[in-house]
Amino acid sequence: MVSLRNITKQFNGVYALRDVNIEFPAAKVIALVGENGAGKSTLMNILSGVYPDYEGELLYKGEVVQFQSPRDAQDRGITIIHQELNLIPYLSVVENIFLGRELMTPWGGLDTPKMKNVAEELLSRLKLELDLDTPVSQLKVGECQLIEIAKALLVESDVVIMDEPTSAISESEVYALYDIIADLKASGKTVVYISHKMKELFTLADEYVVLRDGQVVKQGLMAEVDEQQLVNMMVGRALAERVKCQDRITDATVLQVDNLSLAHPLKEEMLLENLSFDLCKGEIVGVFGLMGAGRTELLETLFGLRGKPTSGSFSFDEQEMSFFTSPNQALRYGLALVPEDRKGDGLVLGMNVRANLSLSVLSSLENLGVLADVQEKELCQQYVERLRIKTATDQQHVGNLSGGNQQKVVLAKYLATKPKVLMLDEPTRGIDVYAKQEIYDLIREQAALGLGVMVVSSELPELFAIADRILVMCDGRITKQFKTEEATEETILQAALPDQ
Amino acid sequence: MNMSITSYKKQLQQLQPLIALFLLCLIIAIFSDRFMTVTNLWNVMRQISVNICIAVGMTLVIISAGIDLSVGSVLAFAGAVTASFLSMGVELPFFGVYLGFTTLGAILMGIAMGGVLGLVNGWVITYFKVQPFVATLAMLTIARGLTMLWTQGYPISSLGAPFAHLGTGWFLGVPIPVWIAAIVTVLAVFVMRKTRFGRYIYAIGGNERAARLSGIKVNQVKTLVYMLAGMLAAVGGILVTSRLDSAQPNAGMGYELDAIAAVVIGGTSLSGGRGLIMGTVLGAVIIGVLNNGLVLLGVSPFWQQVVKGMVILIAVIIDRSQHKEKK
Repeated sequence: MVSLRNITKQFNGVYALRDVNIEFPAAKVIALVGENGAGKSTLMNILSGVYPDYEGELLYKGEVVQFQSPRDAQDRGITIIHQELNLIPYLSVVENIFLGRELMTPWGGLDTPKMKNVAEELLSRLKLELDLDTPVSQLKVGECQLIEIAKALLVESDVVIMDEPTSAISESEVYALYDIIADLKASGKTVVYISHKMKELFTLADEYVVLRDGQVVKQGLMAEVDEQQLVNMMVGRALAERVKCQDRITDATVLQVDNLSLAHPLKEEMLLENLSFDLCKGEIVGVFGLMGAGRTELLETLFGLRGKPTSGSFSFDEQEMSFFTSPNQALRYGLALVPEDRKGDGLVLGMNVRANLSLSVLSSLENLGVLADVQEKELCQQYVERLRIKTATDQQHVGNLSGGNQQKVVLAKYLATKPKVLMLDEPTRGIDVYAKQEIYDLIREQAALGLGVMVVSSELPELFAIADRILVMCDGRITKQFKTEEATEETILQAALPDQ
Repeated sequence: MNMSITSYKKQLQQLQPLIALFLLCLIIAIFSDRFMTVTNLWNVMRQISVNICIAVGMTLVIISAGIDLSVGSVLAFAGAVTASFLSMGVELPFFGVYLGFTTLGAILMGIAMGGVLGLVNGWVITYFKVQPFVATLAMLTIARGLTMLWTQGYPISSLGAPFAHLGTGWFLGVPIPVWIAAIVTVLAVFVMRKTRFGRYIYAIGGNERAARLSGIKVNQVKTLVYMLAGMLAAVGGILVTSRLDSAQPNAGMGYELDAIAAVVIGGTSLSGGRGLIMGTVLGAVIIGVLNNGLVLLGVSPFWQQVVKGMVILIAVIIDRSQHKEKK
């Protein structure tokens, strides 16, 4: 049905996909697996027309095609169900299902009765009972995901791509989805199924494709592999050099959390459940988990961004206290968070390097209420040198720096607050290999100076490279803790996968 | 080489509004011999000072990525409060005490009142998360209503020679309102360039979430910004009241639009994070000269409004195209 021939895609000189060749035959369910960053999303975005420019050829029903937009791909019969929900919250169920494909009466009005009939039929296939006029904002996440699926079924497609379709739906709803996939397959359609849940893959798929680092590792029949082999193929790279020198670790606990739970602010579900862990001075603790495991929520809760937790106790620097309620308070006590989204949360892009770097410590740069230019400049100079930030002058707009240097500016901003605990959320996302190493060195340096460090990452090699201990999270809980030297990628991945 | 060309280009861009002002003056002077007279120019400056006071406050608000539509009404209310305290004082009903006010006392009360209304704006915006546009739109109506209640709809006049001197008098050969506008400007430039508070305003307007994550007390800073805008509007109200020797209940109607226009012509971005006080002052001067020139040239008042609107549009379009170029 679809063949990919030597597909290559680069972003700013970094290969996201390299020489990818895959066959997606008709009337088959193909499992597409790989770690975060392996290139699955890029591949799907090319197939569904999100990225119109790439190298290589895409063959669809025997002819070479190049889709210009998602709509273009859809019109020719390739539909993708995205992991993120693309529903309009204040429109009703039926309005969302037909968004952009409304049925019209001959007089140009909306044919609501007919749309409702069709929608009704779709939802019954999904075994979903809903009032069609309910605004989507009032539905549960799982129901929204099913509506997303219904939207895709509305269009008669020959290829249906499902990206983690079951990440938010319950067991019984999963079975409805299985039935639908079986129907699709029986009517000769191709289903590409992306999921981390091994159980589902082995139930559903006929074939598998393993991607790693933008390349195809193997394509084969599902019946010929077992779970362990699949996981090995996903991981299977030479392990990065592990840290041996750990004399910096002390037994002075700097941060301790017991039974931390956090409820969702709007829905009746738990974002974090009964988390307990501690962190010592000089120690680097890694936190691993798949998307939605609650890693960012954990850091944000500690940093005072999520309000008061539902329950739990907290002690910081050997002092029992209530959880921080604002970043201002957290920083004053010496807890810093380098956020995940450096452009959205870390930097004020319109300001220059100096102003960004000094933003958190301006009060210490004041002289009788006036900002002391000289001291601000000195502070900047000091961090630009220490962190080897490459910038022409500190008056440079921070938006003009490369990703790695931007990240260093954010890091410098928080290091300037002289924290006792430094938390980093995906500190090397989207930056090049060399800059990555530099960031790792800086993190190790800080730990050696006696800071407690927590690093959240979805890249295992990264955690193996810097962490002394690894906490694995899944569904808002800590499922396992490893000493890094005792862990393997397989055991960690096992603990991070749901259903086990 | 490349560097020096860009910096030269940058300097030229900063001069653009000044060049525009110069051309504007030149054109008006060619067609009207009354424009370039000392009396007329001081007169223009005197009129502009009120808008400068308001627009400087507005600049702070807009750089913080907000907007304040209530300044015109706050101006009227502060003027009425000052005038009534001056002419009648206050009788405290429960104590049977009569309080008279000195000129300075009444002025301070007026400014304080502006500050209180601004504080309410800031509180509604930060605590209840109401959009600035909506919160200050409500305050525009509320403050106007309060002014009507306070004055019962009648002007309060005859406020005494010392008070009238403020709006009409001279000091060292320069009208007093011009001094006041100049002091407000210098203070604001200093605050924006040299203090933590100023830096925080830019940071919040540029990226509020990053500012919060950097430990800035965003709500506190924003509330203070709206309070300052209210106080500066009150200063404008006191100047207007003093010049007319009378507090009009419908004073300051539409002034918020002139203030926003000055800010926008001055190159401050309505999306926040970027802008300069001096730009706003220049914007206010351009609007003032334009108003004066159109009157002197005998342009119909209807056309005057059309021209003013077009000048605002042109200024923004030029500014927009330059910032696109940068990217």
